[in-house]
Amino acid sequence: MTGFTGFALRRALGALVTLLAISAIIYVIFYATPGNVAQITCGPRCSPAQVHQVAEQLRLDDPLFLRYWHFLQGIVVGQDYSTGTSVEHCSAPCLGLSYRSDQQVTQLILSKLPVSLSLVAGAMVLWLLLGVGTGVLSAWRRGRFTERALTGITLAGMATPVFVIGLVLMIVVCGQWELLPFPQYVAFSEDPEQWAWNLLLPWLTLALGEAAFFARMTRAAVLETLAEDHIRTFRAYGVGERAIVARHALRGALAPVIALNANDFGAAVGGAVLTETLFGLPGIGQELVHAVDVVDLPVVVGMVLVIGFFVVLANAVADVLYAVADRRVVLS
Amino acid sequence: MSPLDPSRVDASPVEPSPVEPNEAEPSGAEPNGAEPSGAEPSGVAPGPSAPSPEAAKAADLVAVDGLTVDFGGLRAVDGLSFSLARGAALGLVGESGSGKSTVASALLGLHRGTGAVVGGAVRVAGLDLARASEEELRRLRGGTAAMVFQDPLSSLDPYYAIGDQIAEVHRAHTRATRRTARARAVEVLDRVGIPEAARRSRARPHEFSGGMRQRALIAMALACEPELLIADEPTTALDVTVQAQILDLLHALRQETGMGLLLVTHDVGVAAESVDEVLVMRHGRAVEHGPAAEVLAAPAQAYTRELLAAVPRVDAPRMGRPAGAADEALAEGAAAEGAAAGAVAEGAAAEGAAEAVAEGVGAGEVVLEAVGLRREFGRGRRAVTAVDDVSLTVRRGETLGVVGESGSGKTTLGRMLVGLLEPTAGEVRYEGRPHTGVRPAVQMVFQDPVSSLNPRRSVGESIADPLRARAARDGSARETREEREARIQGRVRELLERVGLDPAHYDRYPHEFSGGQRQRIGIARALAADPRAIVCDEPVSALDVTTQAQVVALLGELQRELGLALVFVAHDLAVVRQVSDRVAVMRRGRLVEYGPADQVYDAPEDPYTRQLLAAVPALDPAVAARRRAEREGAEVPGTPTGPGESRHPAKSAVV
Repeated sequence: MTGFTGFALRRALGALVTLLAISAIIYVIFYATPGNVAQITCGPRCSPAQVHQVAEQLRLDDPLFLRYWHFLQGIVVGQDYSTGTSVEHCSAPCLGLSYRSDQQVTQLILSKLPVSLSLVAGAMVLWLLLGVGTGVLSAWRRGRFTERALTGITLAGMATPVFVIGLVLMIVVCGQWELLPFPQYVAFSEDPEQWAWNLLLPWLTLALGEAAFFARMTRAAVLETLAEDHIRTFRAYGVGERAIVARHALRGALAPVIALNANDFGAAVGGAVLTETLFGLPGIGQELVHAVDVVDLPVVVGMVLVIGFFVVLANAVADVLYAVADRRVVLS
Repeated sequence: MSPLDPSRVDASPVEPSPVEPNEAEPSGAEPNGAEPSGAEPSGVAPGPSAPSPEAAKAADLVAVDGLTVDFGGLRAVDGLSFSLARGAALGLVGESGSGKSTVASALLGLHRGTGAVVGGAVRVAGLDLARASEEELRRLRGGTAAMVFQDPLSSLDPYYAIGDQIAEVHRAHTRATRRTARARAVEVLDRVGIPEAARRSRARPHEFSGGMRQRALIAMALACEPELLIADEPTTALDVTVQAQILDLLHALRQETGMGLLLVTHDVGVAAESVDEVLVMRHGRAVEHGPAAEVLAAPAQAYTRELLAAVPRVDAPRMGRPAGAADEALAEGAAAEGAAAGAVAEGAAAEGAAEAVAEGVGAGEVVLEAVGLRREFGRGRRAVTAVDDVSLTVRRGETLGVVGESGSGKTTLGRMLVGLLEPTAGEVRYEGRPHTGVRPAVQMVFQDPVSSLNPRRSVGESIADPLRARAARDGSARETREEREARIQGRVRELLERVGLDPAHYDRYPHEFSGGQRQRIGIARALAADPRAIVCDEPVSALDVTTQAQVVALLGELQRELGLALVFVAHDLAVVRQVSDRVAVMRRGRLVEYGPADQVYDAPEDPYTRQLLAAVPALDPAVAARRRAEREGAEVPGTPTGPGESRHPAKSAVV
């Protein structure tokens, strides 16, 4: 299995390099944008002297690469910030201080992350079950009524915006039928049961649209595998169609599912803004939108980097899973 | 076959009769008076047309009567009738598109639910396939009749262990538990000659070599002890030595289990090796049907004769030698040939011998020369030497054949000669001067005419590419764009005509042409650069024998006309013999034998060459049986292995 360990290590190293590249690009894009950051940060009523003081405090006069270097240093070993009267230590991984609240970005993200992860992880389980299940079913019953019905439903699912699904669910389930209270985030550490009940609707909302994409892709991948030669072998040997679809065709279709899932998981961590807003979940997406609104650059950069981290991590995990599923990957 | 010593065959009578005993005396051995050979006259064949009684028909393992298969208006099989007695072996022989594989699928009812319209009656082991229920059909498939497919890699699920796949099939037909089925899988894998079957049964298909995969597929077929084995081109994807082993295995299994065999093949030699009866098919109809020995030795039908004539012979000297310059060169060289042969016989170092031979045979000027060529792929511990210290020369008007099995490095060598690959060591010389990179004077014709042409560009444009490249490089400034365009298109039309295509087809796309026509396009493209040497990498291996013969003839014609130096890289020993003046035999990247074609084929020096030649299927069933006996008697050490094994020594053992 040394080949496999080596493969995993190489993949991890690649992920690290990707993250470094992402951080550099994000940093340059946000900090090199035109506009007086000090003025924006200080507010419209600041005097030129105050603005100058803010600029000094934020080291805005240093060259960009030097500031980027400090930023990286902060992530690895931490950093000290002077707030005028005292010195605040921001321990590694330090992503800087918010311009608006002087809060440490790392702390801010850590307070929001559990919410986002709770939402996305639960939704992911749902969209995989629903999506892959529907896809396999419609591939197996191809050309029949079941398939046409499922195709229609998935098309509708893809076409319906998330906030419509969420609103309808909330109005019907919580308002009309009163099966559930209107969702309110409860931390997992506080009460796991309440956590799950309150997240049920957000999960469904996020998962339904996503599941439609998985259903379509799984169906296509299963049908493609069904056309391959080795499927013909098992048909010619009297293996039942159900076993062929469930064992052989699905296995062959797993690779694209794993790949798509990695992307969508990473993207949803920071991108589930609509669902978060709709259900009042204080997650990363919501906070990011707010930070962009008030041009709180350290928060924006930190959050985008963390989201990038999840996308890269999910893809690295996907590659390793890929290799576990299909050993031929390691060889090539 | 001259290299084989008949006395050795007689001395070791492993097999008393070339034909199986139960087939040799059919009337006595068969119950119900069934006649295994030629029981079904099929209307076309002149075979024994004894009216077989209904009882005998019912007892036949396979009875096909007036079978037609239509694929949306296209009739693939047209009124075919034949029968196969229990334990007998029938070969369906035909070129691609003759409908032979469609017949094989029909025997398992595989057309059901696919849109193909099946007419006529097919009975397998008494089951009427048209009326059989889904469940009866499912039990037939794999239980009564099992199929072995052509490409053993794509025919196995890449994700599961081979033993598990066999066990799954076994469980589909028996009430066996998971554990018993797994044990049965190991048992059959062991039976087909997979060493350490218990351990290897946990390997996935990609960890097996081509030959072992085919053995594994045969093991899968054996798992439920079927009465009929349908083998659809079972050895087409395999090297010749591995092919011989697989055919021997099928033969032995048939003797052991008494199962019937329906062998579908385009290779007349493979059929001669393996079956008692041959049915020649063309355009979905039976052309000729009868005992293999009769049909192959004295074909009654014109098409069969044509087909047999197109099969290149490995045991006959080259026919239709090029007249002209090359011939003179050969005549001049003939005197020196004896001396060269002597040098080889003395066991001089391969390189020395090669040079001696090269100097001896061709007196034409040397066009291409390889000196100590070596090529490695990968680095460090993973490095694989694909070509190792190969030196050879190609002269004007002469064809050098390069033969070897897959993984022998012959394609790598060909690519280095053209300059598509840089050698790791050694050099390629063109007209005596070392050269690197691609040059117009040395062109290549590729194996796969489909994938080597851009499907989105018209063939005329593809052929014009090298012309345009040259015009861009050294075109004169005086020529206007229109003039240049007219000149190039005119030249392309000339080239199309030259290779036997209609010049009006300039604007057609590759998919509109047949395989042989596409290869002609590939040749026209190579000619466009006015080359002095062309390296052909397996130029005819994807083609039917009759098309193959035409393309080979075209290459010979072009060579005579243009004085081309040709390098003909192929795995097919017979084709190489029929086109080559001199032959280089490669094994594991090295030249094991290099000399005049007739000498290499008639008096091979190297044991590997002898082994290769002994593995080529003979067209005469009697000779085939004799050679099979010889193969069983003498196990040649160092069985050749494919490319996969050289990289993973632990996986090799048996092909």
